[in-house]
Amino acid sequence: MSHTPFVCTSPADEKAMLHAVDAESFDDLFSHIPAEFQTDQFGLSAGLSEMEMMQHLRKIARKNSSDLTNFCGAGFYDHFIPAAVDSLTSRGEFFTAYTPYQPEAAQGTLQAAYEYQTAIARLTGMEVSNASLYDGGTALFEGMMMALRITRRNCVLVDTGVSPIYRTMLRSYTRNLKIDYKEIPLSGGIADRDAFAQHLDDSIGAVLLQNPNFFGCIDDLTGLIEQIHRVKAVAVVSTYPVSLGLLKTPGEMGADIVTGEGQSLGMPLSFGGPYLGFMATRKKLVRNMPGRIVGATQDTQGRRGYVLTLQAREQHIRREKAASNICTNMQLCALRSIVYLSLLGKHGFADVARQCMDRAGYAWTRLKAIDGVEPLFDRPFFNEFALKLPKDASEVVSDLIEEGIAAGFPAGRYYVGMENVLLFAFTEKRTKKEIDILAARLESVL
Amino acid sequence: MKLIFEKSSPGRGGVRIPEDRISPEEVIPAELLRSEPAELPEVSESEVVRHYTRLSRLNFSVDTHFYPLGSCTMKHNPRACEKAASVPELCETHPLWPQLRHGGLLTQGSLQILYSLERILSEITGLAEFTLQPMAGSHGELTAVMMMAAYHRDRGNKKTHIIIPDSAHGTNPASAALGGYSVVTVPSDENGVMDLEKFKEAVNEETAGVMLTLPNTLGVFNPQIRELIDAVHAVDGLMYYDGANFNAIMGRIKPGDLGFDLCHLNLHKSFSTPHGGGGPGTGPVGVCEKLRPFLPISRVAKTKDGTYTLDYDHPKSIGYIAPFYGNFSILVRAYAYLLMLGREGLRGTSNRAVLNANYLLEKLRGSYAAVSESRCMHECVFSGKSLGEGIHTLDLAKALLDRGVHAPTIYFPLNVPEAIMIEPTETETKETLDEFVTMMEEIMELSKTDPDALHAAPVTTPVGRLDEVAAAKNMDLTYTGDQND
Repeated sequence: MSHTPFVCTSPADEKAMLHAVDAESFDDLFSHIPAEFQTDQFGLSAGLSEMEMMQHLRKIARKNSSDLTNFCGAGFYDHFIPAAVDSLTSRGEFFTAYTPYQPEAAQGTLQAAYEYQTAIARLTGMEVSNASLYDGGTALFEGMMMALRITRRNCVLVDTGVSPIYRTMLRSYTRNLKIDYKEIPLSGGIADRDAFAQHLDDSIGAVLLQNPNFFGCIDDLTGLIEQIHRVKAVAVVSTYPVSLGLLKTPGEMGADIVTGEGQSLGMPLSFGGPYLGFMATRKKLVRNMPGRIVGATQDTQGRRGYVLTLQAREQHIRREKAASNICTNMQLCALRSIVYLSLLGKHGFADVARQCMDRAGYAWTRLKAIDGVEPLFDRPFFNEFALKLPKDASEVVSDLIEEGIAAGFPAGRYYVGMENVLLFAFTEKRTKKEIDILAARLESVL
Repeated sequence: MKLIFEKSSPGRGGVRIPEDRISPEEVIPAELLRSEPAELPEVSESEVVRHYTRLSRLNFSVDTHFYPLGSCTMKHNPRACEKAASVPELCETHPLWPQLRHGGLLTQGSLQILYSLERILSEITGLAEFTLQPMAGSHGELTAVMMMAAYHRDRGNKKTHIIIPDSAHGTNPASAALGGYSVVTVPSDENGVMDLEKFKEAVNEETAGVMLTLPNTLGVFNPQIRELIDAVHAVDGLMYYDGANFNAIMGRIKPGDLGFDLCHLNLHKSFSTPHGGGGPGTGPVGVCEKLRPFLPISRVAKTKDGTYTLDYDHPKSIGYIAPFYGNFSILVRAYAYLLMLGREGLRGTSNRAVLNANYLLEKLRGSYAAVSESRCMHECVFSGKSLGEGIHTLDLAKALLDRGVHAPTIYFPLNVPEAIMIEPTETETKETLDEFVTMMEEIMELSKTDPDALHAAPVTTPVGRLDEVAAAKNMDLTYTGDQND
């Protein structure tokens, strides 16, 4: 006999329960809804068994390419994920729990969030972190809004080294708000100090920067942030967390708000999500920070415990006056990242960062030695760099896909006049041999 | 329990890093490096496994406990959906591959899943087209408000506010504000639905739209919905359906057929994707025909030759609201769930969700004051006013935790004093519901005979009642010690 999947009542139960509520039938339960509002016209197939569903899905999934050697990054990277990350975070007690509205029944989720906040603060060199936001792009938008709340100003300057993917999102979000949004072109691969100096005045509330920037260039933003502070504006720095295994932190540079995409901390690429937005700031600014925040406290017997805190800023209390409309966070992804960071540890994480950097450094020497290839910017980079090719970069990528290599991301997709520029990314997963093959194949198609 | 940082001991590590070292010629200048490595824990894999396994056991979850959290639809997450989402070809694709020339061919499987899921959601909501990009329900709300604004801008309409009932989720007014609108709140009438007269007074030429949950947050279906919608459409306003409560009506009512112009669905609620302690969620948004041009880009399209492609050429689009195509692996789970549910399963689900809620409403009516005389939809709301003197719903909540049941929602809806909002869902047995009724009756009794026992609850949980005031005052948000205990 066929039964409705995932329903737990038996036909006999249902009969008894309908009787208990004085209903003749299921339809009777909906009889207060006018009949003309109801329909049974649904052009859907009949339900599949689990076995049929899996067969169907595997067949579709096989249409994806799965054996490309990937050098495509542009903010989203193919890092190794230790097995324990999947195994621990797929435990039903984490996986199928909800927002910790009853803290005594959610200490697992809450303590993990507190540990995550601690790790993010330490990585970024900041004092406090929230318990995560949707992704790096919305985190940057929320960082900008936070800066405007703090300064009570409405002008924003954005460096074009900030991911163009995030900048398109920022343009969408600011469209309906009274925000004066201006982008400042790069100079020689890094933020243009002179141009910023010209635009920085007391109307500017937020300045959005990225390090390493979209082209992979590393920039010590310390001096620029001093300039920003001189006009009492707020510096928001988007960053790539793996780079913080080695690089000078936004905190050390004086940033006020740090955001970024946490995908590299234990999330698979998974065609775009779920990812993890992180945000950290200074303690004095925390009441302006959006999203969920977990705090330590004590129970009636003096035992340490954790709760959601500073909720007075949030939408369920302040409604239209809330710090943001965000209701949820990316708790499971935040959990993945704290498990990932714990497994790698202090030295392992720095080592992963070093391997990414070293592989990129090796590839740089190999690739720029190819005839007709030259660096777009000759600046220090972390794990990603851009090269000018003697022909259209999109064509080169197409040619190399035939050879099983996703060679990189063509910058011309977002930057006018960069049709020949290709952005190459390297993680600890790419071997010397793979880089040598990339160099050889690239040479052969140019 | 100790923090993972407190278990750290120098020299330990959990992962072995490959020895395939490369020494590049180029090195980063020292002044660009951080002064000290970040103080991450130094622990072995076994310690990490034990630590997080133990932490997991401090949680209530759907897998371990009855979780009748009203307004949040916490139902069973089928394991098959997890398996579907972990197929390697789906996990390992880079989201930028489709943007490479001919790159769409590398990801035909992923694009087909997105396309198919969009069609199914359109079919069950009666709306023309969906975007799967929004990364949470509230993100879906904001996306919808942005589309409303784009529509009005395109029509040259001057609109300033959005109307929202007082029983609405707090995300509705917050999303409206973030979309650039002011908020007009309309009170509920004695039946818990938006007061029609007051609503009509609020609607005028400057109304951009209305955000409504149906059935509403009291679990009541508004029978005057058509009149509301007609009044909004008369001023070229848009009607938005907040899909938080869709589990009550799926397979039976299509919001699009009622005249709603936009809607979001919480896939982690009605479509059974896990919520991981509070996220990821995902909040696809559907729109009627006239709003199609304003959908976010990129959009998945099917070409004449049967392949799938991403389409960016929509000049009236609100643009990108997410980096890519939404929380893809969550979308795969929802797709798998819908394939298994099928046509009959949709209605079968809402039938049982509503039956279970009405059964609890009827059984608890004797001891608790129901907010409404009539039948309910998928959730039922009581007031804790009849609890013994000095006993609040918070005490009831903590007493339930001691009995191994997650507490119902008690802080919401705001328009019910001492609210107790229960949503059992279709994935609970009659036995579970009967046990719950017994517990609730026992707690009511205790509230009169032994109130101190309730004030002391919970006592069986890993910690007792936590001092939330101190947490906000002292603000301990990160661990600052570095030494082992």
